[in-house]
Amino acid sequence: MYRYDEFDHALVQDRVKQFSGQVQRRLAGEITEDEFKPLRLMNGVYLQLHAYMLRVAVPYGTLSSRQMRMLAHIARKYDKGYGHFTTRQNIQYNWPALKDIPAILEDLASVEMHALQTSGNCIRNVTSDQYAGVAANEVEDPRIWSEIIRQWSTLHPEFSFLPRKFKFAVTGAPEDRAAIRVHDIGIELVKGKDGRTAFDIYVGGGQGRTPMIGKLIGKAISQENLLTYLEAIMRVYNMHGRRDHLFKSRIKILVHTIGEEEMRRQVEEEFAAMQKDGPVELPKAEIERIQAYFAPPAYETLENDPAELNEAFEKTPAFARWVKQNVAAHKVPGYAIANISLKPVGGVAGDASSEQMEKVAELADAYSFSEIRVTHEQNLVLADVPQKDLFALWQELDANGLGTPNLGLITDQIVCPGLDYCNLANARSIPIGQAIAKKFEDLDRQNDIGELKIKISGCINACGHHHVGHIGILGVDKKGTEFYQVSLGGSADEKTSLGDITGPAFTEDKIVGAVENIVETYLSERQDGERFLDTYRRIGMKPFKEKLYAAH
Amino acid sequence: MAQHSNKMAQVQAVTANRLIDGVVVYLTAKGAWSEKLADAAIAEGKEAAEALLAKANPALEQQEIVEPYLFEIAEEDGTLVPASVRERIRMAGPTVRLDLGKQAEGKTA
Repeated sequence: MYRYDEFDHALVQDRVKQFSGQVQRRLAGEITEDEFKPLRLMNGVYLQLHAYMLRVAVPYGTLSSRQMRMLAHIARKYDKGYGHFTTRQNIQYNWPALKDIPAILEDLASVEMHALQTSGNCIRNVTSDQYAGVAANEVEDPRIWSEIIRQWSTLHPEFSFLPRKFKFAVTGAPEDRAAIRVHDIGIELVKGKDGRTAFDIYVGGGQGRTPMIGKLIGKAISQENLLTYLEAIMRVYNMHGRRDHLFKSRIKILVHTIGEEEMRRQVEEEFAAMQKDGPVELPKAEIERIQAYFAPPAYETLENDPAELNEAFEKTPAFARWVKQNVAAHKVPGYAIANISLKPVGGVAGDASSEQMEKVAELADAYSFSEIRVTHEQNLVLADVPQKDLFALWQELDANGLGTPNLGLITDQIVCPGLDYCNLANARSIPIGQAIAKKFEDLDRQNDIGELKIKISGCINACGHHHVGHIGILGVDKKGTEFYQVSLGGSADEKTSLGDITGPAFTEDKIVGAVENIVETYLSERQDGERFLDTYRRIGMKPFKEKLYAAH
Repeated sequence: MAQHSNKMAQVQAVTANRLIDGVVVYLTAKGAWSEKLADAAIAEGKEAAEALLAKANPALEQQEIVEPYLFEIAEEDGTLVPASVRERIRMAGPTVRLDLGKQAEGKTA
């Protein structure tokens, strides 16, 4: 993985010193909240319902075991013993005191981490595919390009005061696990005509108040031109983005307003203007320097399906179930990708205790080259586990509440913090997710239902990705009471779609029954081999809606 | 925040977050700040509410607290409680972690 060079170290240390001084002045009463708020937001510090919240960047979701141990230490020493992994592959602490934040940032810097650009109107943490580097059919490890974009966008003076926040996602595989089409810019690595890695660039996707699917603006952009092309997009947005209207300030509104063709024309015009004095290209040596950080680890020569794995399947059905659901194929023979679910029934989606973080770090050291991935679906991944070690790994995970075999099933939900923590929320999300998980707790039932992604947001900002949930749930406030609006048919993969709203919202008491009603309709209508989404796309909203509101 | 306060509310109290650690606090009749809602001064009527909110100014100016605002109080089984779900959660802590927040520290009464 990437390691800081002297410039990274200096930059992060400078920021720690600068922000520590700002916190000291704030606590001494020398600056007001109005003056301090934009400064704290540049450093990932929010003020939520019960306390401050600190959001720490995990670039493209990759962590070393050493970094994970530090995250555990911070949770224990300065917070309440846990952290929350988010849909931007970051971690949030829910209870830090402002006075402790300088010390937390010092600790983070000691393991090459920070909270830069995790809030504010800048380019946020770049997200990527959690199977980066290990998926069999990827063009190239997307983290190479995520890292290049991270370096380019970090403290970029031209893009530090954008009309609104700006999110990038990068995938190297045709299967989109990074939701690239619902990002401000989504990048898919493709093979160019010369056989080299090139980039398809989707612009203007997003969720929130006005969900949009990104448009393919740049096709097969070359490696040398990538940053110049991205810069051209950013310049068009910086010039024409609606700074005058908060709800219209994201690039998706600009692309929607002027249209795909006009957006492409303006970007290409800007791109050409930037090169009028000669090509502005990313140096080959710089690309190779970053590529070297993501070279494959020293894999052993191993066979697929080792005898000990098959023996363990026969002896321990619970292990076989976990492998079937949570383990994915690896590009190297004899290895596997192990998904660690952070969605136990009764738990809080994405939360991990200090002890669990330390256990995952220990297991990463033992079985997966000391590296951990965070997924945008709020789970963790050990990406390089020898198949012969899967049973030992599973035993440890299972003993520590980390062995839930529910990846991609109805209990593996994205759930935002909602009104239990968040200052923007209108309704609680976590208790709804928990109640649905409890209702569908039976693993045989979950497996019978098959792939079904529920995504829950506690307000229109859609941090819980409800627009792209197979079943999406949006919490709304009606005169101080929580209601839940349901949508069907959303998806964040390579066939991205936005969900359709079923109709009137449900109360807290009725929402679980509504989900069950939808699932029953699917089970009664599905044809052989269909997932929920397939059935919905075939039969449409009508049968679901008729049954859902039959009693009204 | 402000969108949760009800302009028609008759009975209100003032809340804020403490600067140093962000903890939820309530304005008392003596102009101090308490972690317990039970200590909060209650204002009835619009004028009394505005006068109460003005009492938050010294602490705001001295940078002890952040973002003070009025919120509606309701009576439930003879006790005064916040009217909105949001303020009930601020008063007690996350409904999904009863081991955390004021509810775990005996500060909800």
